[in-house]
Parts: sequence; structure tokens; C-alpha cells
Amino acid sequence: MAGKGIAGDIRTAREHDSAHKHVSGTAVYVDDIRVPDDTLVVLIGQSPHAHARITGIDLSAVAAADGVVAVLTHADIPGRNDCSPVYGDDPILAEDVVSYAGQAVFAIVAETMRAARDALPLAKIDYDPLAAVLTIEDAMRAGSWLGPSVTMESGSPDSALAGAPLHLSGRIEIGGQEHFYLEGQAALAIPGEDGDMTLHCSTQHPSEIQHKAADCLGVPNHAVTVETRRMGGAFGGKESQGSLPALLAALAARRTGRPAKTVYDRDDDFMLTGKRHDFRIDYDVGFDSEGRIQAVLFEQALRCGMSWDLSEAIAARAMCHADNAYHIPHMRVVSHRCRTHTQSNTAFRGFGGPQGMVGIERVIDQVAHHLGLDPLVVRQRNFYPHKFSAGTVKGRTPYGQVVEDCILQDIVPRLAADADYEARRAEIEAFNRTGGMIRRGIALTPVKFGISFNTTFLNQAGALVHVYSDGSVHLNHGGTEMGQGLNTKVAQIVAHEFQIDFDVVKITATNTGKVPNTSATAASSGTDLNGMAAQAAARTIKSRMREFLAEQHQCMPDSVTFANGRVRAGGAQMSFAEAVKACYLGRISLSATGFYATPKIHWDKARSCGRPFYYYAYGAAVTEVATDLLTGENRILRTDILHDVGRSLNPAIDIGQIEGGFVQGAGWLTTEELVWDEAGRLRTHAPSTYKIPACADRPPVFNVALFDDGENTEDTIHKSKAVGEPPLMLAISVLMALSHALESVGDDYPMLDAPATPERLCLAARRLGGPGIALGDK
Amino acid sequence: MRDRITFVLNNQVEQVSGLAGDTTLLNWLRQTKRLTGSKEGCGEGDCGACTVVVARRRADGGMRWHPVNACIQFMGMLEGASVTTIEGLQSAGAGGGGLPDGQLHPCQQVMVGHHGSQCGFCTPGFVMSLFAAWCNGDGLAAPDIDTTLAGNLCRCTGYRPIVEAAAALEVRAIPPQFERQRREIEASLMAAIAHDETVCLSDGRRSFTAPTSLEGFAQSYAQTPGATIVSGATDVGLWVTKQNRHLPNMIWTGRVRGFDRVERSGAHWRIGPAVTHETAMTTLADGRPDLGEVMRRFGSTQVRASGTVCGNIANGSPIGDLPPMLIALAAEIELVGPASNRRLPLESFFIDYGRQDREADEFVAAILVPVTPTPLFRAYKISKRFDQDISAVLGAFSVTVSGRRITSARVAFGGMAATPKRAAAAEAALTGAALEISAFEAAAAALTADFTPISDMRASAGYRLQVAANLMLKYGLDVTGAPVPRLTGAGLSAHDLRATPTGTG
Repeated sequence: MAGKGIAGDIRTAREHDSAHKHVSGTAVYVDDIRVPDDTLVVLIGQSPHAHARITGIDLSAVAAADGVVAVLTHADIPGRNDCSPVYGDDPILAEDVVSYAGQAVFAIVAETMRAARDALPLAKIDYDPLAAVLTIEDAMRAGSWLGPSVTMESGSPDSALAGAPLHLSGRIEIGGQEHFYLEGQAALAIPGEDGDMTLHCSTQHPSEIQHKAADCLGVPNHAVTVETRRMGGAFGGKESQGSLPALLAALAARRTGRPAKTVYDRDDDFMLTGKRHDFRIDYDVGFDSEGRIQAVLFEQALRCGMSWDLSEAIAARAMCHADNAYHIPHMRVVSHRCRTHTQSNTAFRGFGGPQGMVGIERVIDQVAHHLGLDPLVVRQRNFYPHKFSAGTVKGRTPYGQVVEDCILQDIVPRLAADADYEARRAEIEAFNRTGGMIRRGIALTPVKFGISFNTTFLNQAGALVHVYSDGSVHLNHGGTEMGQGLNTKVAQIVAHEFQIDFDVVKITATNTGKVPNTSATAASSGTDLNGMAAQAAARTIKSRMREFLAEQHQCMPDSVTFANGRVRAGGAQMSFAEAVKACYLGRISLSATGFYATPKIHWDKARSCGRPFYYYAYGAAVTEVATDLLTGENRILRTDILHDVGRSLNPAIDIGQIEGGFVQGAGWLTTEELVWDEAGRLRTHAPSTYKIPACADRPPVFNVALFDDGENTEDTIHKSKAVGEPPLMLAISVLMALSHALESVGDDYPMLDAPATPERLCLAARRLGGPGIALGDK
Repeated sequence: MRDRITFVLNNQVEQVSGLAGDTTLLNWLRQTKRLTGSKEGCGEGDCGACTVVVARRRADGGMRWHPVNACIQFMGMLEGASVTTIEGLQSAGAGGGGLPDGQLHPCQQVMVGHHGSQCGFCTPGFVMSLFAAWCNGDGLAAPDIDTTLAGNLCRCTGYRPIVEAAAALEVRAIPPQFERQRREIEASLMAAIAHDETVCLSDGRRSFTAPTSLEGFAQSYAQTPGATIVSGATDVGLWVTKQNRHLPNMIWTGRVRGFDRVERSGAHWRIGPAVTHETAMTTLADGRPDLGEVMRRFGSTQVRASGTVCGNIANGSPIGDLPPMLIALAAEIELVGPASNRRLPLESFFIDYGRQDREADEFVAAILVPVTPTPLFRAYKISKRFDQDISAVLGAFSVTVSGRRITSARVAFGGMAATPKRAAAAEAALTGAALEISAFEAAAAALTADFTPISDMRASAGYRLQVAANLMLKYGLDVTGAPVPRLTGAGLSAHDLRATPTGTG
């Protein structure tokens, strides 16, 4: 240690705690857990119809097939037939009606996956097909909604719009996105005594699975324990979607008395699980000749699928991000929650925020095009006032929250200068004027993203810290590790608190038996919440140690210090381990829980107003692209990002989140296209047909920096800011840059929908009067 | 004939018998050997999470370490080979030591050092792709890394740290003592198990036969009517893993002597049934950079190491990338059966969707590609993603000119019909015309007579037709001296596009 501080302290680029295990193949995921040889597998029988009545089920041939041990239908569920997160509207196994192609109807429990797959076609199920509502357009036409449409309003949008000197209106369609976590959904159930069940799950939400499993088995919560060591990616896709495989594994284990696991094959995962919501956003904007926006009306229609899942909160977040970084005094956002006979769409990094943000960025871009202004100028003219502006000048969001911490005025000019935005834009426009088949585009877009769960009660967390008598520390908290480095950051926080090396802190699997009633690790809140809870637990232990050591060494408790692995009390100095040993011998409790609840926040769901967010995270990106007008092929040439993570707890992990989020967002807006056929069957159900970014799709020049002066104005863990979701929305710069490239083709604004596939770009270029062969109407 | 296979796994000899012929390497590793470091991310060879390294002797005696998707590799294909999994990197294996104190292999260490893992699930696959490149001493130069890693998907990092990790591996450095020892043991074990007998892996219900001679191959095929011929298994593997098809008998081309050869035969290059894309690329792409670029983009390093040219044609896919290019090059196909040995133009082989001109007892014995230079050959692959994506449309073009006049034209498309197909009307429009852009515009318009494409998940019919016509125009611009810069290409940078003046619009 040599007085140089502790190893792996906060603010250092400590590598991921499991990095050594990742690279050597020893990190254990659910399907890697060593199981007894008699462990069974569960395979789901899916509905081939988007909407149909089940008129007959005969699974006798399935049950009689070689290697099949049991077959499950809804009638085999002892408790509640529900795996939904909120509304009780997701049957585990369908009863009378199926509501999407892919829905689970029955489950085969077999000795091997091969046996289960061989038995699958032996099922005889009669369906009476019903009319299906598949798209947003279908739902809007049919009035197919999950609940009443919701309105958020500020100022007097109608009169302000009417009074504005200039007007535009339009529509943008934004496609959904498959999570494509590399590890599919997976759960292992091990039956125990007294009807107890232990589940190992790849989930962001162990507590919810515990509660749902107990309900479906008809036992109290205490009879079910859920453990999650790590996930092979999640991105929101394992917030609620982990319940179905877990409950089926539990039912199979209960039925057979043997361990059972459900591991989705990739195609099944695509067919069964919800995705990011696709949106259709209509807008009317009123503005002046300087590009100052006076009023915007948005109608957001989102495809929720066959049930609510988390769609209500997602729709709320989309509404709360319809302003993004812009102070628009008069605004109305109407949200239509479309019910369709497709997968029930779910959480995905950004949770509706990205779609809401794309809407306003499109509006700004179109306004700038209309006025012949650089969109960056229009953006800057509409930013929320800087955090140092006088209180009377501060902006208020359409949902009533005062924006107190805006730093875009610091970030954006710095980024624009570092990326040489102005000169490059001029050079690109000159290049495009030469009229070649290749056009380039550039765009700078900002992000302001609200941090906290919109649903206030979820903003709580617990932790459990044990200090053993040898000075080693056992850390447990309610958050889950999905690759984002949460465990690493929380261990850094605890190591910092005790002033011991990182490796002295043992990271342990999330377990409902250790920390109960947790919230999902979601909404970017993992470190904010669990870091605070773990810090609180460590501080409780420290304060007990201080009191004991102060008495022993006759000094004031406050004067006992922990620094660089040493503890000083009065004239005495000892190692942390020695101090711990002394406390143990002094009969001091060295175990503590910690708890945290985010202050200041509240949300009135009925009126869509309040202060849902503790603070905002900010960032901005400049992206340059090129596209081939003849084919629509396109690629990113360069991206520069300046992003605010407050005071970073771990710059390497934060940079990793920013880069990964950006590339994932770029995939959403360019190559990732979900296609359902006219019967409602998802046709893009594997990596051969659904294209997430590959290695060569990252920006070849990729300059990513943390905003040096970042510091959370609120009292968060070591003044850091959440980083999980916000960077995804930096990728909106890609879509806007592609639009810019097409602006050079003709006079009209390109009105580009997402994802901007080669097909969309090519056909848009033709529509705008670009080059290519005229083929008539064929 | 042996009823067991013998291979090397992490430098230990393994003998396996009594297994179903369609058992995949990944399932065997994870379930039987409980080596769970290799992950299943897709089960179809697209994500690379199951990548292992398979070492084989090349025809010239050198060793080649292939990255392979274990999820679609049948066990019988491992006879005589050496498999290294993520678990094998830190140990030299039988008779050798391990790295001290669990020290990481350089291919692992660079990933840790550059923060190359987040969730870690794809990581073993990336490490193994790096390991293959590191062993071979190629693929780690800056412009090559994207291609080396195109078959490994990562959803967390955005790739930058992984690419930097790859760049940090010192390829040209002499392998450290440990790695040298590992390779020596590997080579000696492979030599010790080498033999020339046919092997057959079977559980009594499903068999996988690997003959070693043409006679043996023909005999096996004659004895088991309806047997499935397997080459790289990059397609047949999916029949098993994705469609759960039961293939009672498979016969593998990969071990037959001479089947892996590319040789000069009169006016043609003769490409044998077991020649992989990786091997064929050198010959086919010589003087045809576009063909090389399309081959670089299709599949991935893993798929090209296993998949074969003949297999890509024999499976009759309407969207395979090689067939339209080879048709434009006037390639021929050789079919051999007990009573036949015939050659036909490649385009005649494709009759309709799922139907080829091949008798039940015939097999594809070779693809013959003219050696004649084709300076005006161009090919354009259109897909949602540049690398490792199946084409929405692939256009391949080759004209010959005399003076300023087009004397012959071969134009073929993939993705535009139920088979890879020549564009007769477009060819007619070009033939005899002056080499001017107007000829290509006319040919482009003629494509509406040649094709009525369909809409599917890759593209709409309207876009297919539009882009096919635009590709004809693009070709015209290319060969009339106003080429449009390409957005594809390994190591392409923004600078390339800025510095190059573009064609006229």
C-alpha cells in the first residue's frame, strides 16, 4: 500500500470484478451451473396464431413420447396463472385465448432438450382464429387501447400554437428493438423441503420472480429464494421477461420433484419476449423566424402488445422526454397505449425516453431545415436555462419539474469546438453540393435524461455487509449485475468506506434471502440506490467500530480514522484486520444492513405532473455519416461524445457504458429492423435476420470523453451520476446526420423514419429527386 | 472402418464412440465434458459466443488454427484435429505445464487490460477468435481486425475496447516458452493419432461417416440412399439445431483426399467439394477485388473457415452470394454419380426454389471457374449490415468490350428470384451497345422484365427492384470511368471518402 491509497478505490479505472473469469470461461451463468444428472429441461409450446380461441388441447402423444417426463398446461398451476409485473394480465400458460404468435400454451418437461424438441410437434391443439390487431395503425383505427389515453400539458398549447408566426407538422415512425442480450432467458429451479423452491435466474428483478413464483406455486414469499450471480446482458429485457421461464422451471420442479431448467433457444427468445416499443409520433409545432419554439403538440402512439407489462411507466417516460433538452413553454403530449396481438413490449434501455426524444429532435431538425439554419443553432436557442441562471429564469418541464441542473451550455460548445463541428459541417455541405452519389451528413444532438424510476416507491434499495473476524468483507445488495459494472462500483464504494483494498471485499450473488423486497436493477439507478445502501451499511459498522475503539483507546469516536488500510484511535494504530479482531473480541456486531430511499421525488400519475426525477444526466454527441444514394448503404464515419457522469466512480466503466450505449442506440436507428408478417408472426427471429451492430459498425473514429467539470448538484453517491441509459440516446445524432446527408438531395425535408435502413434511405433519396433509375410505379 | 473418432481436446487425446452422428461439438463440450466456458448465443453460427479453435494440417504441411462455431460443428468433423477451448488456454496439456498461478494467456490478458468485457458472455468467443489469429500470425493488423472479429457479436461494449485489445496483441513476437510448448505437444498428439481409415460415429439411429477416398465416399453414398452430404455444416448444422431435422445418415466430404484441392484444369480453376471459402478466396479473388470483398463480407471468419464453395451452391439457396458471382464469371458445375459425370453451366443447375438439376445419387464434385481474366467484373452486395449479413440483393456483372462496344454481357442477381438468376433482358440490352452510361440505364430499365422479386424480412419488392436497377447504373459508372466510392471495405476510413472525388449524379 505504501501510503499510496487503497487499491481499487472510487474514481479509479478498476477493471470489472469478473473480468478474469470472463476471459477464462469460468464466470458462471445460469446454464453453466453444475446441476445433478437428473435435472430436467423445460421447452415451451408456442401459439402459431396471433389471436385465436383454443378449442381443444390433446397432449397425450407428447406426454407419451420418449424422454418426456411431464407436460404442463394452465390447469397444472396450483396458484395464480400470471407472470405479469403489474397488472395481472400475462398468463403463464394460455387458457382459452392466445393473444400473440409465440405465446406459451404448454410446456414439455423432458430428460433432454432433444427429447423435448422431438415431442413438440406431437401436440394437437385446435385453434379457432380470431381477427388480429397487429400494428399501431390497426390499433388506432380499431380503437384498441390497453387503457385511456393520457395527456400532459403545460401553458396554453392551442392558443400559443395558433399565435406562433410559423408552423410545421409531420409524423415520424420509430421501430422497436430486440434486446439481443447474448445470454438468452434462463432459469434453474431446485426443489427443497417443505415445498420450498430455490431459483437461479438470469434476471434484473429477483424479488419480483420470488413473489410471482410464490403466487403461482401457492406458497408464501418466504418459501421461494431467488439468486442471481450475473446476467449475460439484459438491457431491460430481463426486468419482467425473466418471470415466465422461472415460473415454468419452478412448476416443473414442483411437479416432478426434480431440478428443472428453462433456457430459451435464441429463436424462442425472439418469439416469446417483448421488445422496445415501436412508436408513431405526430406533431404540430409553432415557432418564430429565429427558430424559437413556442408550442408543440405531440401525439405519441406506442405499440404495447397483448398486455400492459411495463408499458404504462414506459409511456410516461416517453412523455417526460418529449421535451428533451428544450424549454418549450406551451406543450401538450397525448399518449395512446395501443393494444395489439403481438409480443408484450417491455423495458429497454431508456424505457420510452429514447422514442420521446427522437420526436422532439425531429421537430427541431425540421424547423431548422425550414428556416435554413444550422440545427445546432436552433437547438441552442431552445435549451433549458443553465443551472446558474437566476431562479426566475429557470425552465420548467411540461410535467412541472424545475430544471435546476442544466449544463448543456457548458457541454455543447466544448464538444462542438473539440469536434470542429462548424468547419466540418461547412466542408460537408460543400462536398454535397458537388452532387456526387455519396452524400455526407453531420449532426450534434444533446441528451437530458431524468434519473429515478417514474414510479416513486421503486426508488429504494437495501444492502447487507458482514465484516468477518479476519477483516475480510462480504458485500451483498439488492442490485443485479448484467455487465454494467454495478458490483464493481458498489465494492469500490465499500472499499473506500472501510479504506481497504478492493480485493478484500467479496462480491456475492444477489439473493432474496439476504436483501428482501428489492426493486429491479433498472432506470440507470443501480449504483445510485445500491451504492448508497451499501455505504450506509458500511458506515453503520464503522460507527460501531469507532465507538468501541474510542473507548478502548480513550479518544473521541469522531477522531478514530480509517485510511489506507489502517485504523487510528487515540495513540494507537493498527491494520483494518486488527481493528476488526479487536471489535470482535469486544463483542461488537460486525454485520449491518443499509437502506436508501431517494429524497425529494413525487409523481402524480393521473395528472402527469410532479418531480419524478431526482436529477438529470446530460451529454451530447456529434456524428458524421456517409450514404450512397444509389443503394442507401450508409455508415458512421466519426463520433465525438462529451458526457456528464457527475464525478465518476469508475471512468473505465463509465466510458464503457457510454460507448456501448451509443453503439446499441445506433443499431436501433439504423440496421436493427423487426419485421412481422401479415399473420403477425415475427420474421426476424435470429441473428441471421436481425442485425445488431457488428465490430465494423462502430464509429471508426470514436472520441469519447467524460465531462471533466461534472458534479451532481444533488447529494448522490460521491456526487456521481447514473450512466446506464442516457448514452443510448446520443445515437440520435446518427439518425439526424443521415437526414442531413439526404437534405442535400432536394428541397424537401427528408422525413426519415427509423430504423434508417439502406432501403429507407435509398427510397427516400429517390422520393427527394435523387439519382437512380426511374422504374415508374412498379 | 472405425466406429469411433479420435481427436485432441485441450492437448489431451479424446476417443468418442456411440454418439448420435448429429451431435454438435458445443453440446458435447457443455453437457458431456461440462466445459461450459463456450457459450451458446444463437445456435446457428452467427454470434460467435461458442467459438473454439480447431487446428488442422494444411496440404502444404503447415498448421492452421481455424476459429470454428462449435454450435454447428458435428463431432465427426473433428477426426484427427485438435480442438482448443477457452478452458485450454492456460495449460499446455498432456506432459506440459500450465501458466504459473493461474496467469492469463496474452489473448485473455489484453481483454482484461482494455476493459474488453462487460457482461462477459460473448467474451470467451472473442478470446478464441483472437487466439486463432494470434496462432496463425495474421488478422491482427489494424485494417484486418474488424474482419477477424466480424463473426463475434458483442451487445455491451460497442467493440472499441475489444479492437484495441486485439491491436495490442503482438503477433509477430516469438511465442513465449509456454505457447511454444503447447504447440509442440499439439503437433505431436495430432501426429500420433493420424490414420487413414474411414470413421463412422453413430448411436445406431443417426450416423456420421467420414470417408477418406473418393471410392470410399462414392461407396458410402451408394450404400446409404438419401444420405445427406455435409461439407462445412454451416447450413446443414442449422437443419439440426434450428429445424430439429433428423438426418439418419450424413457423409462428410472434409476428410476425402483431394476434395480440399483447388487446381488448374485446362481453362478452369477446379474447386473441389471440400474447399472452404477461406481457401478458395485467394484464387477466386485474384484480379477480382469485388469478389474478394463480397467473400470477406459474407459469413464470417468462422463460417469461411468451415463453409465450402460447393456447399454454398449445392444447397440451392436463392440468396447465396457465390452463385450469382460465379454465374457472371461463366462458371460450370461438375456432377458425379454412379452412372454419370457431367458438366453444366452453373445457371442451369438452379431450376426453381429448392430444386436443382442433381439426381438423387449425384454429388457436386467440383465448381469450375474460367481462368480468363475479367477486368470488367464487378459485384455489389446489398444488406442491412455490411459484415456477416445475408444479402437482400447481390448483383454481379461482367462485360467484355471491343473498342468502345460491349461484345458480351453476363449479369446475375441473387435475392431477386427463387434462384440465383441471369438477367437475360438486361444482358440483351447491353450486348452490342456502345460502352456508355446510356447502355446501362437501358439495361437497368430492362430488369423489370427479368425479375419480379418478393417482399420479405430483408427487403421489400420495390426496393429490390430499385436497388437492382441502381446497381446496374452503378456498374455502368464503374466501367465508364466515373466510379462511385465504396462504403464497404475492411479498414475503410472517413478519410477515404473525403479525399476521393465522387462520381457525377
